Amino acid sequence: MGEVVPSAVDNTTAAIAPATARGPESPWRSSLRQLRRNKASMAALGVLIFVTLICLCAPLYANDWAHVNAFSSNISGRIFLNGHWRSVIQANSSGYGESPIGPTWHISNYFLGADSQGRDVFARLLYGGRDSLLIGTASALICVFFATISGLAAGYFGGVIDWIVSRLLDITWAFPVYLLAISLSVILVTSGFSVGPIHVQAGSLLLPIIIIALIYVPYVARPLRGIVMTLKEREFIQAAIGSGASDWRILRKEILPNVAPSIIVFFPLMVAFNMLTESALSFLGVGVQPPNASWGTIINDGLELLYTRPWVAMAPGLMIVITAGALNLLGDGFRDAFDPKAKLRGSI
Amino acid sequence: MPDSPVLKVQDLKVTFATRQGPLRAVDGLSFDVAPKEVVGIVGESGSGKSVSMYSMLGLVRDANVSISGSVKFQGREILGLSDQEMQPIRGGEIGMIFQDPMTALTPVYTVGWQIIEQLRTHTDMTKAQARERAIELLGEVGIPDPRNRVDHYPHEFSGGMRQRVVIAMALSCNPKLLIADEPTTALDVTTQAQILDLMLKLQDTYNSSIVIITHDMGVIAEMAHKVVVMYAGRPAEIGPELDVVRNPRHPYTWGLLGAVPRVEARNDRLTTIRGNAVSPLEIPEGCAFADRCDYRMEICTKRPQLKGTSDHLDACWLSDEQRVSIRSKAAS
Amino acid sequence: MLSFTLRRVLSAVLVLFAISIAVFLIFFATPGVDPAARIAGRSASPATLAHVRAAFGLNRPIFIRYLLMMDHLFIKRDLTSYVNVGLKVVPQVLKAAPVTLALVSGAAVIWLVVGVLGGIVAAANRGKFIDPLVMFIGIAAVSVPAYWLGEVVNLITQSRLHSSLFWWVPSGGYVPFTQNPWQWALHLLFPWLTLAALYAGIYARVLRAELVNAMNEDYVRTARAKGLSERRILMKHALRCSLVSIVSLFGLDFGALIGGAALLTEVVFGLQGVGMLTYTSLQNLDLPVIMACVLYGSFFVVLANAVVDILYAFLDPRVRVA
Repeated sequence: MGEVVPSAVDNTTAAIAPATARGPESPWRSSLRQLRRNKASMAALGVLIFVTLICLCAPLYANDWAHVNAFSSNISGRIFLNGHWRSVIQANSSGYGESPIGPTWHISNYFLGADSQGRDVFARLLYGGRDSLLIGTASALICVFFATISGLAAGYFGGVIDWIVSRLLDITWAFPVYLLAISLSVILVTSGFSVGPIHVQAGSLLLPIIIIALIYVPYVARPLRGIVMTLKEREFIQAAIGSGASDWRILRKEILPNVAPSIIVFFPLMVAFNMLTESALSFLGVGVQPPNASWGTIINDGLELLYTRPWVAMAPGLMIVITAGALNLLGDGFRDAFDPKAKLRGSI
Repeated sequence: MPDSPVLKVQDLKVTFATRQGPLRAVDGLSFDVAPKEVVGIVGESGSGKSVSMYSMLGLVRDANVSISGSVKFQGREILGLSDQEMQPIRGGEIGMIFQDPMTALTPVYTVGWQIIEQLRTHTDMTKAQARERAIELLGEVGIPDPRNRVDHYPHEFSGGMRQRVVIAMALSCNPKLLIADEPTTALDVTTQAQILDLMLKLQDTYNSSIVIITHDMGVIAEMAHKVVVMYAGRPAEIGPELDVVRNPRHPYTWGLLGAVPRVEARNDRLTTIRGNAVSPLEIPEGCAFADRCDYRMEICTKRPQLKGTSDHLDACWLSDEQRVSIRSKAAS
Repeated sequence: MLSFTLRRVLSAVLVLFAISIAVFLIFFATPGVDPAARIAGRSASPATLAHVRAAFGLNRPIFIRYLLMMDHLFIKRDLTSYVNVGLKVVPQVLKAAPVTLALVSGAAVIWLVVGVLGGIVAAANRGKFIDPLVMFIGIAAVSVPAYWLGEVVNLITQSRLHSSLFWWVPSGGYVPFTQNPWQWALHLLFPWLTLAALYAGIYARVLRAELVNAMNEDYVRTARAKGLSERRILMKHALRCSLVSIVSLFGLDFGALIGGAALLTEVVFGLQGVGMLTYTSLQNLDLPVIMACVLYGSFFVVLANAVVDILYAFLDPRVRVA
């Protein structure tokens, strides 16, 4: 390294290694520094931290501040508002039927109003956020984990292993993503899953987490495999192989650190994708099951009230947009800082 | 009466504004290129040799760059011209060859299409005429079966063949000046020799001047009439090739020449210049080479200017007597 | 080119075969789940259950079961829905297909035009105001759940601004083209716009990134040194090299959407396409219909993948030897 002649002269300043007064800087430190300087990414990170924190505080809010139960039906409940006791579900002014109350805009008292079961929408929003974020993050972690293993194995070992893994990835990916998720969910979610010693209950969050994680594995594994295959041809790997290093050692010390930037870039994007997929599955009724709530289920709940009490459906949707948007912005920032040449499909 | 120079560079300075301060990629470069002359610009990576030529043609697209000085092509000042004014000159009067033939051509068009594109941009040939000329050019650069190969894609050619295509394209409009940026660095030694021979032959046919940028003194010895040795963006030594090779004056040039492997020499090790190339962000106030120089003196904290007799110039504080004594000590 | 095409088609057929096996395994062989109850629907009588078992050979080896399923689906084509008793499944799917086709094709035209233009404009004006604006829209587009956007559109056009600005927007549903072209377009207008909005943003973003990358490539530097105008370099060199990835992206997205990925949009706007069919069959756990929809969807995805690969080889000559 030290080849300063850039291939495109536009990159002159970037190509010269930052051998500053601090001394030579590791690529990780300089990437982190670049990331920190990216205002959009830092703002996105701030938003994410904020959203995560308030959602984690859901029990605190529901129990200690607003004194509501976000899960049990509350059709005949009443709240104290502006000096009067009011029913949570009231008769309509038109005289036909009844509707839940709309947003009160009081932070501790049915802030966003009630849903058709009389429950506090805002409290449910926070609890729902917990589940949505949990599922999104957990499945992203599992997805990236399996994708790294399969991508590395296929790319590095080649031959039969590559053939098998690639065919598995092809088939999984050829199945239209939503259809595969739906199929698996239909079968498993309503009746649970038991094979030998493994029993997963019907309503468990584990099912959507694993299903969503698995269907996106090819999306990450294929590019990783490509990167590993390119790396394998590079001289420093050939040198390591020639010097008798074991495969495990090469994978761990040479290949993994070079694949790491791509993995880091993928991660926030996968959390966003997975969150969106989970919300779609929950919306369709095959994702998160009651009594659990996620942003997707809340939107589904709010559909019947869409024209009268739009906030019930709008609020969770807005939360998804904000969170996924921040994740995507952060992912862009990661890519600029860690792996500028990454080619990423920004598709649902 | 000497012909006026094809290219006259005077005090060219190229500076990039970076977060760590101004990066002086080129700091005061001046030289001439006469008609039919081959000028070699030699130096290590980071010496500013490529940047100087790119900035001349307006190929540096970085927003943070500032270019000053004067570059006159056939008497006309080309520094500071807009893109639109430069376009007829680029490719039409000044041709350029780049270092990596594998990526220099657009992968989705045939080589014929790309040569024809250049021809039709600068002349008013018809498609048929341009195609014939393209085939002719491919033949001249030594591509076998040009009538067929003109419809092939770049990836169907080997590295050496691709470089020939690039040369054909660069010469297609009979430019007065050909700039070659390390044209053979990415090729194997045998191909290297062929490409250099080809360039000399074409130079003769087309009466163009060549500026060849390289880090290899061997290439200089092979091709150049005049040498410009650059270090850290500054010219270290300029002169006719024979003079510079026989009587090099700057300690850096000594190092470069010493580094050329010779068949007869009975050295156990190749001579290297100690230390590392100075970072363009940390060029000292005085002589840029001082830290790596074995003959450093007090006065070297002041920047030496290019000076010398006739056409052999150097930027070093060593006097001629000092040089003679150093050389005789080294010989003994 | 021909040998490449043949190889690719063969590969597609093999993948389809594998998918049919996967569908079969998921619906008939998932451990711990009783297929007969699944197929017959939630409230089936014991007689129906026994009938299902016989028809699908659930008591016979797994290999026979697979063949029987394929037989019912493709050869006899008499697979009937057990929920809407007697309604044949395959014709249902075929009837729903044109609706999906109309929705997706219309949206595709819009999003391609808007996306490509947006990408070019953003890349050509890099750094100026319009560039981050396009990028921002692009990020928003990827972060919005499709069904939610559709609901928001409905909220605005059917409820909030229905009386003022959007009185002319029909309340949903589909009108066949042959019946009334004007109504057909009117009913599809907002679904088209909603679906296109999501994808246009993505495409603009991807194209911009590709173009910016391409403009930094060596061959662009050569083109500049040849004396070509910046406009020509962008449109003829950079764009041509970037279009390849847009084309392959488009092929995959189009295939997936035709196959039913637009189901959320269809549900929200009341269009009886394949997506809607999948959705209703899901709600009713009508297994035969779900299976047929899934296979239909997979078929189109695999077809689209193959077409994309072939098109890619056509556009980028370097790929043909692979």
